[in-house]
Amino acid sequence: MTDALLAGELPLPQRPDYLRHGSTIRSWLATTDHKRIAILYAVTITIFFFMGGAAITAVRLELFQPNGWLLTSDTYNKLFSFHGIIMVWFFLVPSIPNTFGNFLLPLMIGAPDVAFPRLNLFSWYLTIAAGAFTVYALVAGGVDTGWTFYTPYSSMFSNTHVFAAAAGVFVVGFASIATGVNFIATTHMLRAPGMTWFRLPLFVWAIYATSLIMVLATPVLAISLLLVIAERVFGLPIFDPARGGDPILFQHLFWFYSHPAVYIMVLPAMGVVSEIIPCFARRRIFGYDFMVYAMLAIAGIGFFVWGHHMFVSGQSPLASLVFSFLSFIIAVPSAIKVFNWTASLYRGQISFDSPMLYALGFVGLFTTGGLSGLFLASIPVDIHVTDTYFVVAHFHYIMVGGSVSAFFAGLHFWWPKVTGRLYPESWAKFAAILMYAGFNMTFLPQFFAGYLGMPRRYHTYPAEFQIYNVMSSAGAAVLALAYLLPLGYLTWSLFYGGKAARNPWGATGLEWTTSSPPPPKNFDRQPRVDRAPYDYHAEGMSAGTDPPEMQNARETR
Amino acid sequence: MSDESALLREPWIDFGRQREAGKFGIWVFLASETLFFGALLLTYTACRIEHPDAFAAAGRETNVWYGTINTAVLLTSSLTMAVAAQAAEEAARLRRLVLACLIITAMLGLAFIVIKGFEYKEDIDKHLVPGAGFALPQPGAQLFYGFYWLVTGVHAIHLSIGIGLVSRLIWVLYRRELPAKDNPEIEVTALYWHLVDIVWIFLYPLIYLPGRAS
Repeated sequence: MTDALLAGELPLPQRPDYLRHGSTIRSWLATTDHKRIAILYAVTITIFFFMGGAAITAVRLELFQPNGWLLTSDTYNKLFSFHGIIMVWFFLVPSIPNTFGNFLLPLMIGAPDVAFPRLNLFSWYLTIAAGAFTVYALVAGGVDTGWTFYTPYSSMFSNTHVFAAAAGVFVVGFASIATGVNFIATTHMLRAPGMTWFRLPLFVWAIYATSLIMVLATPVLAISLLLVIAERVFGLPIFDPARGGDPILFQHLFWFYSHPAVYIMVLPAMGVVSEIIPCFARRRIFGYDFMVYAMLAIAGIGFFVWGHHMFVSGQSPLASLVFSFLSFIIAVPSAIKVFNWTASLYRGQISFDSPMLYALGFVGLFTTGGLSGLFLASIPVDIHVTDTYFVVAHFHYIMVGGSVSAFFAGLHFWWPKVTGRLYPESWAKFAAILMYAGFNMTFLPQFFAGYLGMPRRYHTYPAEFQIYNVMSSAGAAVLALAYLLPLGYLTWSLFYGGKAARNPWGATGLEWTTSSPPPPKNFDRQPRVDRAPYDYHAEGMSAGTDPPEMQNARETR
Repeated sequence: MSDESALLREPWIDFGRQREAGKFGIWVFLASETLFFGALLLTYTACRIEHPDAFAAAGRETNVWYGTINTAVLLTSSLTMAVAAQAAEEAARLRRLVLACLIITAMLGLAFIVIKGFEYKEDIDKHLVPGAGFALPQPGAQLFYGFYWLVTGVHAIHLSIGIGLVSRLIWVLYRRELPAKDNPEIEVTALYWHLVDIVWIFLYPLIYLPGRAS
């Protein structure tokens, strides 16, 4: 094999790649190619991300002053509710599974597509319909319930567009179930010859574990929202204590989904990071089996901790104790993952390319978020900080610091594969560092403000908290810039970026063996797998020398 | 063999594998549906434990005849659906039997909805809809009927989707667009149909029998 071949300068492929395989609008909107559906999702969730971001920009501006100088309390409530609803259900939950999962799962297991391609497209249309409901709720006047739709406020008192917003979340839940069913069937039925379960890349394991949660938890969310809609629209008294209903029941049903939903956001992020760290440390991942078991354990235990959201709701002290104990238990598999990433870095040949910077940022932010979670699992501390900014900071570290950092890590890692283009590395590194700095500047002060007693969801506050809020808002501006930068240079790279080779990072994994961008059916011939994943010491990839592809990629920049 | 090539879909290269995947996929979906109805039944259980007397009194107000006839109708449709699925696996010459059974299944499903409609009308006439003017005094009785309307409504939506799926199958099989023999869509539709009738098996005692046993 010559160097030219390794560098990806192969003779032109027989078929056009998936991006050039048809260019009409119909060829995109009626496609069943998982890669094109992934692009459709990517465009959609990017729009949702910036909508949610716009809402919170106004909120952070409002909080510059202690006395509510910009927004009425009503508008403020609607803006943070819209931010939460959009970001949780239309960005964080579908972000990594529906974009990278859709694009990479078949490629990584050597399949031509997902098991049910038409169901896959249907799921995207459901997401669009759901988004339309939710955006309608905003345009028609907004929702002020917060993203959790707590009853009896949402079912009896709020006079906003709860029905449209809840219907949107209900429908996007079906999209989530359809995607989960599809991914589970794909992983079981479409693996290439030799791709045994314990040769699967950890990203595939992560998507698989996530899909299990999607399939088993989302229906319960659907029911709890249906009950809210039934009570609100038809007057069925499910949660109204005056007519025999149980107001706490909603919280039990809601958190039975929504706690596992945190792992829908974080497990795929862990999968992305588990692909990137071995690649840029040039080492096999440490403790592959334990990484797999830890992910399955997180998915499983995640179903038994919902009560820690309800320590102050009036549930029995015994229930609180049990939920507290289980919440500490789930820290164990999470810690196993962090230790294994660290051990994979130890004595590695680390190169700090932009995906690696984002991935390391993930490890830092996830660890901070996870450790603050232990505070919240302890009942006495939780009672002190319930409904304060401490909680806000904690879940933003996990959901945004964790999930979004990993999303950007994956975006930069697989961008050459997805688009066939290289982006300007120095800009990407700058954005990665800026994002880490901006993130900490935004959310670290919120831990202090919350611990000192600043409640969440208020648009005014005592003047003593102003310093933390000003720091936080300033950090949010930095963070916003760090989110806008990739939009700029990645768009630029689509038109002017250098052509990417098959495998610019010298990574292992089947997705790097096909051309960039891949052809419509992914592989020219059925791949066969004969070795374990992350085989960074195989021939041509010995530690100490970069494989030729890697050198090529670096020279291109 | 020619049958199989007509049924083979992207991205599969092996019909046996495709069929297995379809079955596997619908089972995963059914697991999801179980959790969906499971959450509803959990809600019912929690409410009934809180208000046992009200639930018994409200249960006595339901019309057990409509419920029992509907149970018989739905279980018979389950039988004809099972016969259709079995006949489709056996031999190509059973195509007429498959079609006949599917048609009876769809008709029975429709009959269930019609009977349910009569029952709904009676319930409305008896002021059993929660809200102002509700017939029973206990607060828990409204809760029972809240659950009743919700869960029978959700079940009827599932059944209507089932009738749609069966009708579509009848259409493509009648026009010979797809062969009946070994058609995995019949099997998958049958599994879905059985979910709908199993859910009813749980709903029947929960709705019609409280307060009547003692």
